[in-house]
Amino acid sequence: MTPLAGRVLYLDNAATSWPKPPGVAEAMTAFLADVGANPGRSGHRRAVEAARLVFDAREGIAELVGASDPLRVVFGANATEALNLALVGLLRPGDRVLCSSMEHNAVMRPLRALEQRGVGVDVVACSSTGELAVADVEAAMRPRTRVIVLTHASNVTGTILPVAAVGRLARDRGLLFCVDAAQTAGAVPIDVVADGIDLLAFTGHKGLLGPMGTGGLVLGDRVDPATLPPLKRGGTGSRSSEELQPDFLPDKYEAGTPNVVGLAGLAAAVRWVLDRGVADVRRHEIALTRRLLTGLAGIEGVTVHGPGDAERQTATVSFTLAGRDPAEVGLLLEEEHDVLCRVGLHCAPAAHRTLGTFPSGTIRFAPGVFTTAEDVDRAVAAVRSIAGGTR
Amino acid sequence: MSASHSVVLVYTVAHAIRIERLLAARGAACRLIPVPRHLSSDCGVCVRIDRADTPLARRVIAEAGLDIEGIAELR
Repeated sequence: MTPLAGRVLYLDNAATSWPKPPGVAEAMTAFLADVGANPGRSGHRRAVEAARLVFDAREGIAELVGASDPLRVVFGANATEALNLALVGLLRPGDRVLCSSMEHNAVMRPLRALEQRGVGVDVVACSSTGELAVADVEAAMRPRTRVIVLTHASNVTGTILPVAAVGRLARDRGLLFCVDAAQTAGAVPIDVVADGIDLLAFTGHKGLLGPMGTGGLVLGDRVDPATLPPLKRGGTGSRSSEELQPDFLPDKYEAGTPNVVGLAGLAAAVRWVLDRGVADVRRHEIALTRRLLTGLAGIEGVTVHGPGDAERQTATVSFTLAGRDPAEVGLLLEEEHDVLCRVGLHCAPAAHRTLGTFPSGTIRFAPGVFTTAEDVDRAVAAVRSIAGGTR
Repeated sequence: MSASHSVVLVYTVAHAIRIERLLAARGAACRLIPVPRHLSSDCGVCVRIDRADTPLARRVIAEAGLDIEGIAELR
């Protein structure tokens, strides 16, 4: 354990998960110590071994989200890069795109930049608990709407959006459906086929329990790579005689030496998640969320922002304390109780406007798969102590 | 290498590993090897198979929707 581990209660898993499961750090160390070569750049055995590690990660992600072809899993630095690849690549001036009012800036900023280039952006308002009505999505469709992009779950309130229903709607209307699974991959079951998801952006370092600097995009069968230009171009180790980017997957979208040390860790992490089972992770996190919601409800002055129902959200819970600045509460949680969480706007100003918590934001507790019921009780007791009493 | 082997020439090492694993799942022996000098390839590795498995390899590659450079017999 590091000196930071100690008594600290880490409740910031929505920002990045910690700790990582056994085997992740070991896989990364083993790559650096024993393999170390560049995949696809040479034919020797170390280079092939590096390529196998990357392919293990590809297969693991494909299995986790129900994708039949691991070659349609393309890796990048994070979900943000994947969302930029999808949105900037798909949308042309004159097109329209639909999103919810609960999106993270990883969606909103690319969309606002595209808006300046002539793409129409329609933001469907969610309720004050962050929930999205499918009928409102349908009503917001216009003749030039080409893509629907939705967060699977809010990074502020944990509210789970109805992706399967919107996926059906997108399919019925011939639209492409892009889902930001930064908060759900590994924590909430995802099936890209059953949910009608055409482009799934994921990050490796949250619910997938891998290292930072890993993520990517899963392309469904309805996405023709010929219509989706890459964000970056460069060396791939393939077609070296040509100065044009290869048109085949995954190389088209993976220019430059990949983060193999990170992907080795991700492959081990995803294997751990698959062995445990996403459904089992979800059950554990629902139980923790229910306990946390019940505990917070018993504290005078606490308002929980979100569905307030563990079944309808991830393990991310946002709250405010009457008359108290979230930043001050966050500082007291850390300094007096060793509880680490995130306060403020969580890179999601649109979501906070929807909730009515802009600009001061909220206090966000995000337990994870390694959080225990006792940890949740300790966090609730810390909030009660700061609030100064019970209801 | 011997006259009883062929090699599947691919465009990228990811395709080589995909083919290797699909063939292994069907019980076919195969191995990734550096591309022999007299054959051309972009990615540096190819999939060596028993020549008798060539029809199976073609079927597996078609089912996976993969484009390959070709299959060459080793001499």
